[in-house]
Amino acid sequence: MSIPVKIENLEKSYEKVKALKNINLEIRPNELFGFIGPDGSGKTTLFRILTTLILPDKGTIRLGNYDVVKDFKKIRKITGYMPGRFSLYMDLTVEENLMFYARIFKVDIKENYELIEDVYSHIAPFRNRRAGDLSGGMKQKLALSCALIHKPDLLVLDEPTTGVDAVSRKEFWELLKKMQQRGITILVSTPYMDEAALCDRVALMQTGRLMSVEKPQNIVNSFSGNILTVKVTRMHPLLDELTGFDGTDRVYRFGDTIHLTTRRNPEEMKERIYHHLTEKGYQNIVVTQAEPVIEDCFLALMEPPEK
Amino acid sequence: MKTRDTVIEVKDLVKKFGHFVANDHLTFHVYKGEILGFLGANGAGKTTAIKILIGLSKPTSGKVKVAGIDVNKNPEKVKRRIGYMSQRFSLYDDMTVKENFRFYGGVYGLSRKQIRERMRFYLKKLEMESYEDMLLRNIPLGWKQKLAFSVANIHSPDIIFLDEPTGGVDPITRRQFWEMIYEVSDSGTTVFVTTHYMDEAEYCERVCIMSEGKIEAMDTPEALKEEYNAKNMNEVFIKIARNVE
Repeated sequence: MSIPVKIENLEKSYEKVKALKNINLEIRPNELFGFIGPDGSGKTTLFRILTTLILPDKGTIRLGNYDVVKDFKKIRKITGYMPGRFSLYMDLTVEENLMFYARIFKVDIKENYELIEDVYSHIAPFRNRRAGDLSGGMKQKLALSCALIHKPDLLVLDEPTTGVDAVSRKEFWELLKKMQQRGITILVSTPYMDEAALCDRVALMQTGRLMSVEKPQNIVNSFSGNILTVKVTRMHPLLDELTGFDGTDRVYRFGDTIHLTTRRNPEEMKERIYHHLTEKGYQNIVVTQAEPVIEDCFLALMEPPEK
Repeated sequence: MKTRDTVIEVKDLVKKFGHFVANDHLTFHVYKGEILGFLGANGAGKTTAIKILIGLSKPTSGKVKVAGIDVNKNPEKVKRRIGYMSQRFSLYDDMTVKENFRFYGGVYGLSRKQIRERMRFYLKKLEMESYEDMLLRNIPLGWKQKLAFSVANIHSPDIIFLDEPTGGVDPITRRQFWEMIYEVSDSGTTVFVTTHYMDEAEYCERVCIMSEGKIEAMDTPEALKEEYNAKNMNEVFIKIARNVE
């Protein structure tokens, strides 16, 4: 059964630190919902309250008709949680880990195998290997299998792909999409901006607040300003060169280019940048206008206020 | 063109764990002042190779010279010339910022005065002067990583090894971290760095891609993109990893 999540006026503090500040959010049944934010933005705290591991100071979260505080036992039955730090027993084998989780939830692996098959089949050949000896990508798949073994309605994944290589990350997201097709509501946090684009909607979080909740495409559409990408032969000094260039709001390295944000006329800016860099002796200068990506939007939102 | 000095020389490096070959005849070199990106899927053998380069693990066979020193014969001598920062563990959570600097400075044989000066220098640069007495565990990950990088540099090493320094770090801090990398590289320090962020692979001078214990490719990002007919390093990486399967 697909289940919605409703978060109202949620607050949580640790001693002096306000980890969550008045969070209000509704997640639809069967949504693949992403949380993006730097370390310390409150994602993990939110997930821990949601999975009944800690109590909120104020406010409520409801999963369908269940309340995370009052109905915690029911919530644990319908929720699969994959914490950021490893949830597996390193000295148990792959199969033993799975059996352990199945026993805790009092379910039969054979009966529920069909659900985890897509994920578990990748690691089944290593069923007798200790979890500690698996590669990072395989550990993630085992942890996901364990989080799914009791057929949860809601899956909560805290940075499942941190430290995982590009190929395994791609596979992992393909698996998440499959899980979504089976009707599971999925909440996932990630520091990878490219993964945000794979979610139905994303919440950008910073210092305990929700900065925006949008479809990935809308985040990109609402970006204010123009992005120019700049490329030269010698990229390294280019960032300093363009920092503070007249008409520039922000400059960031972006892989093999630099992204420059401007509110001025992009054609005029392109020309001026080209001339400036030519004068400075840069070679093979290419300045083009580009569509913003999620990372541009996030950098704009995160930009610390002027000191 | 002037020939460049080499600071790391690896020849026919093999490391086996039982029957498992973690490093299968690696041969490569790294230039002085270079930023070398060391990439590969999880389990490709990167960490095994780094541990051998920094003298923490002995190769099964092969020759490894770091900063002109044979690592196999003189691992302790190598350790003085290098800095190492790992993602899992680099600073002590239950010590303050100051205590971490003192501890690592002491390990590397710096005088109290030198440690104090270096610490002031770095804390000022990171705008963290008021955090001197804070326990590491209360400091956010991005800041911790920048501190760890500074601490790994405290003895001005010839080569600094960074094992996934930016894993899980936000996009702004990641970029600040790379500016720090450029800065030490400009001053002549060689940087050996692993990452799973393919945009960061583009920031390296050369990139070495490992797969199943072997080096599959090693060149500048530009040359690799051309060779593999790829738009970016992410495509290069995926093509190489998929080919091997």
